[in-house]
Amino acid sequence: MDLILAGIKQAFILITTLDPEVLGITLLSLKISGTATLISLFIGVSTGTVVALTRFPGRRFLVSLINTGMGLPPVVVGLFVTIFLWRNGPLGFLEILYTPTAIIIAQTIIATPIVTGISLAAMQQLPQNLRLQILALGANRIQMIWILIREAKLPLLAAVMAGFGGVISEVGASIMVGGNIKGYSRVLTTATVMESGRGNFDIAIALSIILLLLAYIINLVLTQIQQRERPR
Amino acid sequence: MKLRKCLVYLIVTVLAIGLLVTASPVFAASVKQKNIILATTTSTQDSGLLDVLIPLFEKKTGYFVKTIAVGSGQAMAMGQKGEADVLLVHSPDAEMKFMAEGSGINRRLVMHNDFIIVGPPDDPVTIKMSKSVKEGFKKISLGSALFLSRGDNSGTHAKEKAIWKSSAINPEGQKWYQQTGLGMGQTLNVASEKRGYCLADRGTYLALKKNLGLDILLEGDPLLLNVYHVIEVNAAKWPKVNAPGAKAFSDFMVSRQTQKIIGSFGVAKYGSPLFFPDAGKKVENLGK
Amino acid sequence: MNRVILELRDIQIKRGGMQIIDLPSLSIEAGEFLSLIGPNGTGKSTLLLALSCLLKPARGHLLFHGREIRNNQSVIDYRRHVAMVFQEPLLFDTTVFDNVASGLKIRGITQKERSPLVEEYLERFGISHLAQRSARKLSGGEAQRTSLARAFATRPEVIFLDEPFSSLDPPTKEGLINDLDRILKETKTTALMATHDQSEALRLSERIAVMKEGKIIQIGTPAQVMNHPADEFVASFVGVETILNGTVKENREGTIVLDIGGHAIEAVGEFRPGTGVTCCIRPEHITLARFSTDTGSSARNAVTGKIGAIRSMGLFYKIQLDCGFDLVAYITRTSLEELCLKKDDEVIALFKATAVHIIRTTG
Repeated sequence: MDLILAGIKQAFILITTLDPEVLGITLLSLKISGTATLISLFIGVSTGTVVALTRFPGRRFLVSLINTGMGLPPVVVGLFVTIFLWRNGPLGFLEILYTPTAIIIAQTIIATPIVTGISLAAMQQLPQNLRLQILALGANRIQMIWILIREAKLPLLAAVMAGFGGVISEVGASIMVGGNIKGYSRVLTTATVMESGRGNFDIAIALSIILLLLAYIINLVLTQIQQRERPR
Repeated sequence: MKLRKCLVYLIVTVLAIGLLVTASPVFAASVKQKNIILATTTSTQDSGLLDVLIPLFEKKTGYFVKTIAVGSGQAMAMGQKGEADVLLVHSPDAEMKFMAEGSGINRRLVMHNDFIIVGPPDDPVTIKMSKSVKEGFKKISLGSALFLSRGDNSGTHAKEKAIWKSSAINPEGQKWYQQTGLGMGQTLNVASEKRGYCLADRGTYLALKKNLGLDILLEGDPLLLNVYHVIEVNAAKWPKVNAPGAKAFSDFMVSRQTQKIIGSFGVAKYGSPLFFPDAGKKVENLGK
Repeated sequence: MNRVILELRDIQIKRGGMQIIDLPSLSIEAGEFLSLIGPNGTGKSTLLLALSCLLKPARGHLLFHGREIRNNQSVIDYRRHVAMVFQEPLLFDTTVFDNVASGLKIRGITQKERSPLVEEYLERFGISHLAQRSARKLSGGEAQRTSLARAFATRPEVIFLDEPFSSLDPPTKEGLINDLDRILKETKTTALMATHDQSEALRLSERIAVMKEGKIIQIGTPAQVMNHPADEFVASFVGVETILNGTVKENREGTIVLDIGGHAIEAVGEFRPGTGVTCCIRPEHITLARFSTDTGSSARNAVTGKIGAIRSMGLFYKIQLDCGFDLVAYITRTSLEELCLKKDDEVIALFKATAVHIIRTTG
């Protein structure tokens, strides 16, 4: 119990004194997971929308792939990305192993199926005839897709939150492909693992608290957007 | 209304691009020769020594060192595959094999620290009275006290296994022998909780002492010496290895200035140094 | 007088290998109201979707103002000159005002130009007071009015309505039908409606098309379809309950006498004696009386029969008579009580010669 209290105290100190190392780690976590979420948002929403609205051979197989991907173990992703990015691996010439870019890649691979799967479900639960009604109002295909996305914004924002939540809390892949290098590829989750491995549980708890706060604030903002009643 | 929408799109896109650019140092000047991948062990990193040495090295030479801290076994595996440029490890038997198969060149002695046996202050099997660490281990193996092992093929674990072997004891599967599979710090915490004995490196123990209910019960035995070598990965075998960078780091580690820093590291915090600089010495002469 | 505004030629729509629509031709005149009626699943909605270019037929041509709609650009162009309203309002998650404005927004019309149009149609449909209400908080009737206002605000030349009133309760429906009728006449918009409710069709349409299994069996004015159904299917669909077979006995200058089940029945038509015919009589065209002296009606035909069954149909009663042939009559509750009709009573069924409609000859 005193360990947890020590951790809370430590967290308080680190935050209020704006400890530079912790600040750096936090900003890096935000940057990396934010970028991964953004990329997966673009890929996920567009793919989910297309698959939801069109019929093509093999569609059902693709949908089951996406749904399986939602449960992809992050550490498996980390392992395979590492193997690909090794110097002697197929993408070794890119030299991005043990960089934040590698973490972004791994996190994007983890988040994209989640965002795609939920977006797919979101677009599919729109009324059948809504698409026709929008076309009947004279919309071209781009206008129609945009309006459908707007109508599904509640579950789509849930998709973004799910994707972000999945990667901000990810640690296995981040350690493997990032290397947990101080001041460079060390993020909140990997730092927490390292500190608890060293036995510095108070620092580990402090970092955990900061991570939870960060996730909470981001989701608060997103929830506000999602649940906001239009004024006027 | 249309204008506001356009502005929102613009801001979001700019933010997105900004995030991408700043988070990706592919756009930074990361020329091939500037990066060195240093594979070392978690206990080395946890001691904090590298947090002092690496920035000095980087400032001096302009290289960017990527310190990957894993278990000794994995560090050497990385060297064997050419995925690291230089190794800083402390697992002599494995190192000899590594050199024998031609994976490394220029194996140089850097420093040593020692392992200690820690345990509950009341010392139930009285290993404090032992004349050697082998005797102490024998007492523990009689079974009335717990021994916590890291069990993760790290350098520490390798050392522990070597001592058991030379004592002709096989602890595997015995009720009093528990393997955590965790790092040094966590294993010490488990030992403290369970009031058991443990083999630890002095540095980690000193760092965590105040939170642990363990005392140093055995030290000084030559068997407990923990010797660190720096090894450059053989570029002839793996052309992608940054040979000049590896050599620069190796030279740095044995340089007089660095050795001095190593010798004074930890004194201010713990009252005694955590490592003993040994560059240029012979291994047999250590600890005397 | 009226030009043809929309024309279909050789339309065939298939789904899953089955033929859903098979229509050699259909012409719609500007300003008219045409209803498509028929049983469920007969393709009314599908035909509407094809007419509004929301569905691409396997074969066929659609001509608007004489010009064929062929490529993608002309499809969008065409869609912007017509409008469609579905059974569900399908409103967007925003205010009523924004909903009504959405069609105009899609066409790129500026806010300044949009507002007056939106306000005009909100007013026309009586929902101005709901302008700022969220679409999620509307009643069924209010939502459907919003959907209609949204469609009309784009000032379409043709409006397609797919069972627009079927989810509304009777008083709401009544009010909305009246308003729609008025607005269509004011704006001179051509309208096409699919419905399974014949009273709606009768109320609003200038022409009715009866569909069966993807084909149009009969198309004509309401009177034509209701009183002169083209075949048994149409007849029974439009509510004709008495369909009889007989032979022409006499032919006197436009009036014929038929032999149906031994009775002499007068009807209107030009057929040679000896021709076999199938004819039908609408149940509303038959009145019942107890005694022949009670009649005082000008009905040419008076047949006695026994009441086989009396069934309540809600607002009126259906009487099944056995007159040697089966006859079905509708009477009001009041009439039922006045005549004190019970099962097995003997009554006289009276109907005019013009009430007997010959569907076809049988040789």
